[in-house]
Amino acid sequence: MTATHAAPVQPLTLAEKIWEAHVVRRAAGEPDLLYIDMHFIHEVTSAQAFDGLRLAGRPVRRPDLTIATEDHNTPTLEIDKPIADPVSRVQIETLRNNCAEFGVRLHSLGDANQGVVHVIGPQLGLTQPGMTIVCGDSHTSTHGAFGAMAFGIGTSEVEHVLATQTLPLKPFKTMAVNVTGSLRPGVSAKDVILAVIAQIGTGGGQGYVIEYRGQAIRELSMEGRMTVCNMSIEAGARAGLIAPDDTTYAYLKDRAHAPQGSDWDDALAYWSTLRTDEGASFDTEITIDADALTPFVTWGTNPGQGSPLGDSVPDPAAVEDAGQRAELQRALDYMGLTPGLPLREISVDTVFLGSCTNGRLEDLRAAAEVLKGRKVAEGVRMLVVPGSARVRLEAEAEGLDTVFKEAGAEWRFAGCSMCLGMNPDQLAPGERSASTSNRNFEGRQGKGGRTHLVSPLVAAATAVTGKLAAPSDLLEV
Amino acid sequence: MEKFVSHTGTAVPLRRSNVDTDQIIPAVYLKRVTRSGFEDGLFAAWRADADFILNRPERAGASVLIAGPDFGTGSSREHAVWALQNYGFKTVISARFADIFRGNSLKGGLLTVVLPQETVEQLWAATEADPATTVTVDLDAREVRCGDLVAPFEIDDYTRWRLMEGLDDIGLTLRNVSAVDEFETHRPSFKPVTLPA
Repeated sequence: MTATHAAPVQPLTLAEKIWEAHVVRRAAGEPDLLYIDMHFIHEVTSAQAFDGLRLAGRPVRRPDLTIATEDHNTPTLEIDKPIADPVSRVQIETLRNNCAEFGVRLHSLGDANQGVVHVIGPQLGLTQPGMTIVCGDSHTSTHGAFGAMAFGIGTSEVEHVLATQTLPLKPFKTMAVNVTGSLRPGVSAKDVILAVIAQIGTGGGQGYVIEYRGQAIRELSMEGRMTVCNMSIEAGARAGLIAPDDTTYAYLKDRAHAPQGSDWDDALAYWSTLRTDEGASFDTEITIDADALTPFVTWGTNPGQGSPLGDSVPDPAAVEDAGQRAELQRALDYMGLTPGLPLREISVDTVFLGSCTNGRLEDLRAAAEVLKGRKVAEGVRMLVVPGSARVRLEAEAEGLDTVFKEAGAEWRFAGCSMCLGMNPDQLAPGERSASTSNRNFEGRQGKGGRTHLVSPLVAAATAVTGKLAAPSDLLEV
Repeated sequence: MEKFVSHTGTAVPLRRSNVDTDQIIPAVYLKRVTRSGFEDGLFAAWRADADFILNRPERAGASVLIAGPDFGTGSSREHAVWALQNYGFKTVISARFADIFRGNSLKGGLLTVVLPQETVEQLWAATEADPATTVTVDLDAREVRCGDLVAPFEIDDYTRWRLMEGLDDIGLTLRNVSAVDEFETHRPSFKPVTLPA
């Protein structure tokens, strides 16, 4: 966002509108002081922030705009027993003590609303259009799917929001990602965002808030939109958002924290203004053709290193720039891949279905549809980790757990789990996964582990064949 | 927060790009509830290799990290900043930093300096030729100096002032708390709250 948008007649982008509506104080030569409507908290990035408050004798300014859950560290087995890892246990107990001391509502392990912070916010109806939302977690961009300005912050900023309910921030630049046309069957939101990241690179979105637009985006469910916005950070963008529409309103209606009665009408009137004005300009625009997309998978060690499933492992020898060539070689060495190998010939040991990217009910349904009547391949371990305790309950009510268990997959309790391997769900050194999570960094899922990022459909098909596969491949089996 | 005016020290050339925060400090090290003691986790996987640059004896005591582009991508974990600081780094130089990492570093007093990749290459060459070479990062003058090399860098006046004074952001914001009070009086009733009124 540039300084020139202050003139009242100038058309604004959605991101600029939300920003302007939250400026508490603007002074020359200083960052804007931005009001924060909702603050999500979890155990890993909050302890030091609460400590800071205690040292300074400061209260939480708005506990009623703050909510906490336990997700990063929590076990996905035997959740009724004490957490085995003593260090994890202390971290979770610290969160519980801090929430009790400062009056913050906490959804603990065992509570139906416990789960991955970016799954429970929307599920509770706490994520609404036009809000500013922060959390000490980079995937806070997920909430942008509702037309909110949502972004990840560090622990110092967590403390700042707890103390003041504001953040000093310089406006972000704006980028439009237009996804034209319609997705073909078997191609999902995950494939869209992996293709976007491959196109603009892990640094391409740096300094920007991305607005996803176009027919293919409008046609996505809220779950799909969350998947897209979730991975904005993997393109370097601080936030990603999508203008709210009837799909958004239908998702929100009657959720626990959604507006009721006349408040609902007032909210709807406001939400309907939340779109980029005709004639507003973005600092950057890119276009992706949805009709041309096919299932997308990563082969490297950052989320930008991906290709359509039909492609092969790229050849470093074909890269001109010496630095980039070395970087590519390094990624392939870590991944244990040979240039020219068709991606469909990559065998995996583990399939992980879950995370804030793809741990919602629709994701589990998509995978279960593929697994129904089929078996997970011999020697392959498949973990299904619902994004929240409620997603787990809803899936069980539909019998999805039975489908997964009959196929030979493990049905777990909710949490971040193998997405980042802070709990016991980890890859062993050299092990290879197809994972519906968001990061394929070296060691992300366990020291020495090798990660291929995939959609839930590709994850399920891969579990059946033991090699990277799309559901369409299964028809030939 | 400790004031940062100018710092001179020996350097570590980290010839890697896209160094994500999972590399700077893996998730398994994030379970501590303090701000100290994270130095063991710094680049933990890479440090298992005896030849890794940080393990070389001639790099002991270095306080200036010179990294490839896109340093600090990925997770928002501020532990990445603490791990670098706990280890002894005062400043990091790169052609490009990820947004959240940069924000975290400047909040916490770890000065992140953006220089063109050509300048980063010159600094790499200088410290590789002689590990005893010192690099000065002068925030007051907004320049990096190393031998004959003088490289100006940009940083906004407000952040520079805050770092040079060692000021606490929360304290600064609370000076304007009446503006926050006033803003809150306009909050629409349809916006959600997490606690019963």
